[in-house]
This record gives sequence, structure tokens and C-alpha cells, in this order.
Amino acid sequence: MSYYDLYLKYKDLDFEHIFSGFSSADVLAAIDSKKQDTRQLLALLSPLAENYLEEMAQCAHNLSLQYFGKTIQLYTPMYLSNYCDNQCGYCGFNHNNQVSRRKLTLEEVEKEASVISSTGLEHILILTGESQAMSPLSYIKDCLRILKKYFSSISIEIYALTESEYAELIASGVDGLTLYQETYDQRVYSMVHKGGPKKDYLFRLGAPERAAKNGIRNVNIGVLLGLNDWRKEVFFMGLHAKYLQDNFSSVEIGASIPRLKAHLGDFKIPSEVSDQNMAQIITALRIFLPRLGISLSTREPAKLREDLLPLGITRISAGSSTKVGGHAVAADESFNLAQFEIADLRNVEEVKAMLTLKGYQPVLKDWMLI
Amino acid sequence: MEDALIIGGKVIYNRLFIGTGKFSSFALMRDALEAADPSVVTVALRRVDASSKTDNILDYLPKQCAVMPNTSGARNADEAVRIARLAQASGATNWIKIEVIQDNKYLLPDNLETLKATEILVKEGFIVLPYMSPDLSIARRLVDAGAAAVMPLGSPIGSNRGIKTKELVEIMVREIKIPVIVDAGLGSPSDACECMEMGCAAVLVNTAIAIARDPVNMARAFKDAVSAGRRAYLAGFGSEKNYASPSSPLTGFLRKEDH
Repeated sequence: MSYYDLYLKYKDLDFEHIFSGFSSADVLAAIDSKKQDTRQLLALLSPLAENYLEEMAQCAHNLSLQYFGKTIQLYTPMYLSNYCDNQCGYCGFNHNNQVSRRKLTLEEVEKEASVISSTGLEHILILTGESQAMSPLSYIKDCLRILKKYFSSISIEIYALTESEYAELIASGVDGLTLYQETYDQRVYSMVHKGGPKKDYLFRLGAPERAAKNGIRNVNIGVLLGLNDWRKEVFFMGLHAKYLQDNFSSVEIGASIPRLKAHLGDFKIPSEVSDQNMAQIITALRIFLPRLGISLSTREPAKLREDLLPLGITRISAGSSTKVGGHAVAADESFNLAQFEIADLRNVEEVKAMLTLKGYQPVLKDWMLI
Repeated sequence: MEDALIIGGKVIYNRLFIGTGKFSSFALMRDALEAADPSVVTVALRRVDASSKTDNILDYLPKQCAVMPNTSGARNADEAVRIARLAQASGATNWIKIEVIQDNKYLLPDNLETLKATEILVKEGFIVLPYMSPDLSIARRLVDAGAAAVMPLGSPIGSNRGIKTKELVEIMVREIKIPVIVDAGLGSPSDACECMEMGCAAVLVNTAIAIARDPVNMARAFKDAVSAGRRAYLAGFGSEKNYASPSSPLTGFLRKEDH
């Protein structure tokens, strides 16, 4: 059974009706529960649970300490290319956007890697747009050969691949996959992904399973908060994470909760998500799946990131740039477009100092090529 | 009275082994280790960044304690063996704590893969301490394979739930002739003390110390508890009675004067 089968089982759930049926006792029971059933997740995501955010936060914090200790793992994204055939309404690299495009040469990859590596970071997340012409698998593999010299762990956030392609990249040194479904709602998905290969909802939905089947170590899924009702989206993402944990027990499963930001173009955010909502999302996920990795990117401002840390965050990015070559080779190119705007501009040293001050050990290395 | 534990030729005076994950900083970890003064600490090789000038965990370990690398992150015997070899190549020790975990939800060890890795690594000259679910027959096979000790879990890693596997560990302590070291799940000094009273050779503690409000004092408390438990074990317990002496015994009719 694929996750899609599970999704179909719940896709027509009457959320409003279920939410309105919860009592305070149901929410409190959900906070204490270890059942990991859909009813627990729904209670934690319900509007009523907003009245119990402090209780949720205390529970989530204790679970995080138990499972992850006083540690936060650091990573940074590295953009290889922004050529893209997709037309995603919310993305700066949308094929239809008239922006200058850039792709790193292998020499530039080396330079960029060397600069990032000099900050002490050992975990890198490489990103590309989807373009068979400009960033095919062979290009990614060429980049991996260089990156392996500089980093202990390499994750990819690129277009969805087939099983054999995942196997190829894993054999080439990739140990993590980050791939967001963006929205689990097929109707919304098809509305915001207007063209390009990414329009294939099912191919994308099955990608984490395909990578997991081939022995990848980490899989990180995500929804783009703001595209649709977040309570529904986080519910389906939570179920997806649980499905992956249940079916691929040797793979570490993580989730990201990127919140949409305004960017180039005329895309309006359909469904705003407040800071309070963010707190509910993180604590609900942590209580539902105590072992789930939860990442928070530099899309969020520094102060909020710090405040959300103890609620269950396990991984944050630092010293980020969402420009191709933004760490070294093209940081000053004014025409070079960022995929999205970064709100937390602190470099690796500053983020490390913040974590130390907050009582967290910054973990820069948590794997190695073996 | 000298009461040292000997593993792989090393004399171990402090039977509290300490894990080095989950601390809020390396400096605090160092302070806690200095307070407990362990003879052996374990370090996940995945976390060692030998290239770092400021963040190399090895620089924060007290000089007098032996460093036992562990294979955290290994999902099967093959990965554990590869990590062990990397550990040996990067450090000066041939000690290895084998940790093979396929189950990321509960972090329970895979005994079969652990046994396979032990067989291979002992042949390569490693001093092998396998982390395991308490199972007598696997423990016997680990002994046959040449393990230097066996490390059954008290309860799942990080759970602080104490020695939930007591009955099984007690059997192992009675039957297994190499040191039995309880690893994982011990939440309080009294849990550690209980293991030592049972006759375990040592305990390994990490989370309970690392996430305590005051890790330094918690480390000290564990040290004291381990030492007290060991002392009590050596002193020998008086036999425990679950019954009192009744005033109207049911077997009174058997006494002579009743006839």
C-alpha cells in the first residue's frame, strides 16, 4: 500500500465536523496519548487545542529533550542551478518569470563548497530547479564527486526521481532526500503547479517512498504553509510521516514547515498562517511523532526561530543563501535572483553563538560517508 | 579491597560508563565527566569532527578516561563494521561499542545484525561490547563470538524508564560469564544502583545526566549510586522473606503436643 492509498482513505474527511466534536478532555487526552492515531493528530491540530498551547509546548519540549537532547543540527542549502521547466505560482524560479538564470560550473561548485565548508558546516543540502537540459542527473553526480570531498552528509532537494535514479544518487554519496509535496490537496496542487513535470502529483507523492525503498538514510517531507488550510495540510503531512516511519523503520523521517513569503510575481498567499499556528503545528507534530525530525528554515525571522526552538525543532539552517552561488561565487551579482527572501541573515558563527546562549549544542556533524 | 573490572585488558575502577550525546555544550559535558570521573566514555563516531579546531568532541574528554567509539547510525552489520574500521583508523583504540538499529521509532537494537558484526570485528582484533536487547541465547552466542562484555538495555534509549527488563537481565547476570553492562533507559541514580545490586558489572548512562537541569551534580549522583550498589552487591544481601511467622500456624496440628 502506498501513501496515496492511505491519503484516499482520509481525503474527504469532514474536518470542520470532527473539530467541532472535540471537547477539552479530548485535547488533553491527545496531549498525553501515545496512540499515534488519526484522532490524536486531529485533536492536536484542532482550533480548540489553541487553548492548550502551553500544555502542548511543555509536553513537546520534554519529548524533544528525551529523544534529541539539548542539541540542534545545523545545515545550509546550496543552490546549483535555477533553470526550471516548472511553473509553480509561488516560486521565484518559475519558468515564466523573466529572470536571469544561472548554473554553477564544476569549478564554481568547488569554490562554493570550500567557502561553506570553511564555516565548519558538514551537512549540505543541494538544490536545483527541474531542467533535464541544464541540471540532469549526470550534472548532479558530477557535483557530488566534488561535494563529497568537503561534507560529511549530502542531501538533495531536487526534482522527483525514479527508484533507479534514487539508487544511483545514493550510490554516489547522497544520504538524505528533502522533497516537499507543497500541498496534499490534489485540486490546489493542480492549481498552483500550472505546468512542467512537477504537475504530476502522484509521481511527486511517491518519491519519498521510492528513495526510502532504496536505502536512503533520511527523508524530509514538507508542506508549503499558506497554500491551503494548514490544519488539513499538516494532518496529511503527519500521516505521511507516520506512514514512512511505519513502513521504512531504518529511515530517519523529518518534516519541514516552510511558510510562504511574498516574492517576485503576483502570487497572493491564499491562506495565511500565524506565528501561533506555527507553534501549534510544531508541538502537534512533536507529540504525535516524538522521533520526527523537524526543520525550521531562515524564511522565519531570527527571534521567532529562537522562540520556536524548544517546542520541538531539531534542525535549522544557518548562513543561508537562496541564490545560485550565493555563498561565494555570485553573492554580489545584483541580477541574481533569490528563490525566496531570507529573514534570518545570521552567519554560522552567529547562529552557533545563539544556540549556545539558549542552552543548545550546535551539531555540525552527525554523519559521515561510510 | 580491590574491586576492579577488567575488560580487554583494561582495569576499570569506575563502573559508571557515560555516553556523550545530548549535552547542551561540550564544555558542560566535560564538567559532568570530570565530576563523575568515569573510566570509560562512549562517543558516536558520526559526531566526531576531527577536522574542527573548536568543535572536536574528543578535545573535551578527560585525559584519563578510555574512549569507546560506538557505531550509532549503523542499520546493519555491514555498516557497523565499516564504522568500526573508520573509528579504528581515526583513533588509537580498538574498542568498539556495536550499536545496530533498524528501528528508528523505538531505537531498539537488531540482535542478529549485532551478532554478525561482533563475529567479524572480534576476528579483526577489536574489543567488542555489543548493545543488545536482553536475550540469553543471543548473549551466549555473543560470548562464543568473543564479545568482551554484553550490554543489554534497561528500557528504550533515552526513555529514562529504568530497568524494565530486570527479569531478563537478572537471568543474563546469572548465566553469562562475561561482564553484563546495562546500557540505555536508566533514568535515575536509584535505577543504576538497582542494576549494580543485581550484580551487573557496570552501567552506561547518557540521557539522564545530559538532560538533567544540573548535569554535573546528576553525574556525581550516578557515580555515588553505582558505587553504593556495587558495594551492597559485594556485601551480600540477607535473604528476603515475603512472609511473617503466624501466631496460629496452619500446620500446627502436625506438632507433637497436639497428639
